[in-house]
Amino acid sequence: MLLEQARAEVAELLGARPDEVSFTSSGTQAVHLGVLGALRGRRRIGRHLVTGAVEHSSVLHAAEVHEHDGGTVETVGVDRTGRVDAAAFAAAVSRPGTALACLQTANHEVGTLQPVAEAAQACLAAGVPLLVDAAQSAGRLPVPDGWSILTASAHKWGGPAGVGVLAIRKGTRWRSPYPQDERERRRVPGFENVPAVVAAAAALRARVAEEAAQGPRMSALVDRIRAEVPRLVPDVEVIGDPVRRLPHIVTFSCLYVEGEALLTELDRAGFAVSSGSSCTASTLRPSHVLEAMGVLTHGNVRVSLPRGVTDGDVDRFLAVLPDVVRRIRASLGVQ
Amino acid sequence: MWRRRTGGARGGDTRDLAGGTADTGVGKDGAGEPALTIDALGRKCPIPIIMLAERINEVAMRDVIAVLADDPAAFTDIPAWCRLKSHEHVASHELPQGGWSIHVRRNY
Repeated sequence: MLLEQARAEVAELLGARPDEVSFTSSGTQAVHLGVLGALRGRRRIGRHLVTGAVEHSSVLHAAEVHEHDGGTVETVGVDRTGRVDAAAFAAAVSRPGTALACLQTANHEVGTLQPVAEAAQACLAAGVPLLVDAAQSAGRLPVPDGWSILTASAHKWGGPAGVGVLAIRKGTRWRSPYPQDERERRRVPGFENVPAVVAAAAALRARVAEEAAQGPRMSALVDRIRAEVPRLVPDVEVIGDPVRRLPHIVTFSCLYVEGEALLTELDRAGFAVSSGSSCTASTLRPSHVLEAMGVLTHGNVRVSLPRGVTDGDVDRFLAVLPDVVRRIRASLGVQ
Repeated sequence: MWRRRTGGARGGDTRDLAGGTADTGVGKDGAGEPALTIDALGRKCPIPIIMLAERINEVAMRDVIAVLADDPAAFTDIPAWCRLKSHEHVASHELPQGGWSIHVRRNY
């Protein structure tokens, strides 16, 4: 009962029918199941997969599995803002033998919105299902139309960790890549975490309700950071689309600064930020998003504004940052 | 995977990220041999870029500097630095031992 109520609610808020929605143990699992299941369902039609170059690693790793399994993968490039080339994407999906196309609603590192409407149109024309990864935008922005498979993650909209959403549009061919199991319409193995699912639905409802007021407020704070950081700190590149973007994410790179040092110093000042710089990654490689965009990868900082962030918090960040960057540069002998 | 790997999974490949020139061959850099070579092999970003920024004024206007680097970040960051600083990224050539020789033309 509780589960079905939560399902109906999440379905309505995401623009799906309840019987299209399954709950997974994470957004990552939703993507893995969505990608591999759709490819399996269309195996006879073709084994070609098209994805954007800056998709979440869950998409890229699922694509890797597909490639190891003998399938082919085509990655469509992005422009300097991180936006997928819609014409190239359309050309790629129209290639015969394309089994599935994947595109995120918005990029998780730089916030740039992707051309999902154009991609959906191209996929419809080519008869190719489109997996839309809405993890970054669900609850904040309306889910775009035209998806065949939709994935999302509850903790991104303020719900508990450990709940993902996999919605499969009626009529979409999909076959589980796992051994058969009865749960979640045979789409997701194992029992649902009902309390967490109920909490996720409540959190989504709350996020959607408050976003009308909070979205524009956050977006204005992001505008402020985007404008002020290059004014206050020399040699900074603000990254991502300034307008067609998520309301709450802003990313910039500081020349001649080590990302790790920047994270440590900002943490000391009370700011928990992220970085796509190689020195902060276990792989010692820069983020594939920044690489694909061709932007500065070192000295990278991503600020995700939390719920309840105040103007005063942003004031303090802008007050602290210039000196932090100056000190790190001085330690490397850069004036 | 389809991402670029260090050590030449794609073998002998050159890329022009700056989009400023169609020529990527070593012999086609215009100036021919680089006027100066900076050895930043084994150095992590941002050090290779700091070395480049410190020494670019040692060559004559329109001359080419080669930066030898094997930190994967340098492959993206040196062309990005050129764009930000209005210098020209001429080409990046893969080195047989891994890493790249990244050619930059001083514009001012």
